Amino acid sequence: MSTIQTIAGELEPHPDVALVERVRAGDVTAYDALVRKYDRQIFRIAQHITQNREDAEDVMQDAFLKAYEKLDQFQGNSKFYTWLVRIAVNESLMRLRKRRTGKMISIDEDVETEEGSVPRDLADWAPDPEQNYNQSELAEILRKTIQGLPQGFRVVFVLRDVEGLSTEETADMLSLSIPAVKSRLLRARLQLRERLSRYFRRKKGAEK
Amino acid sequence: MTCTEFLALLDDLIDDSVTPEVRAQLQQHLHGCEHCEVTLNTTRKTIEIYRSHEIYDLPPGLRERLHAAIMARCKKGC
Repeated sequence: MSTIQTIAGELEPHPDVALVERVRAGDVTAYDALVRKYDRQIFRIAQHITQNREDAEDVMQDAFLKAYEKLDQFQGNSKFYTWLVRIAVNESLMRLRKRRTGKMISIDEDVETEEGSVPRDLADWAPDPEQNYNQSELAEILRKTIQGLPQGFRVVFVLRDVEGLSTEETADMLSLSIPAVKSRLLRARLQLRERLSRYFRRKKGAEK
Repeated sequence: MTCTEFLALLDDLIDDSVTPEVRAQLQQHLHGCEHCEVTLNTTRKTIEIYRSHEIYDLPPGLRERLHAAIMARCKKGC
């Protein structure tokens, strides 16, 4: 069974491959399809890294234009999405450097490297805690909470847990070692969990 | 297994990358430790909430501006 799956996987190329081929052959509408497929993710990543809406808009635009111009450099053996994310991450970090002129920006800043300690907050959460808030309240809580994370933790959490990249891809993209990505991911998850507990913990007595 | 040892393997457990032997040890610890059970469940929930909620909407008009920029670039030679 696993052999059949492997063979099928090899024979069936990712749908992006066909789109990329069409763009290379001069069909710009195929590029529109790629943009519409990934623009939300690229904007989201840029917003998480730059923490600035104007910068995120510029990064998204520049990343897609750059990818379009450099499409002949794209190797079919990596995923188009991963390749695009790499461009967007680089553009975002460059944008940060511009904003903080003279100050070196690296993904290493503000990060302690010791292992995660046992969480202090023992409180369990209410069942489906997000239902105690409306959509915009919840979005605000989630934004505020993740914005409070150190940059180096936030980027790793976003790439790994929100965008679903692998540990190896994340390490490669951020020029970090695999143990560094793992340690940051654990600390990011635990810090977010602890901060969200403020809003989601089970209340004594009444549900809300 | 201590809580610190459990925590060191928390991510591997969440990402489902532990061997059956290690998983059994982690499960055994969980049975007797409410603290770690709460940590595991709420950490899983944290990831799930961030995965399933869009917290940054695409600004209106951005897609159209990008489309126009690509078409302008294309005129110089696709």
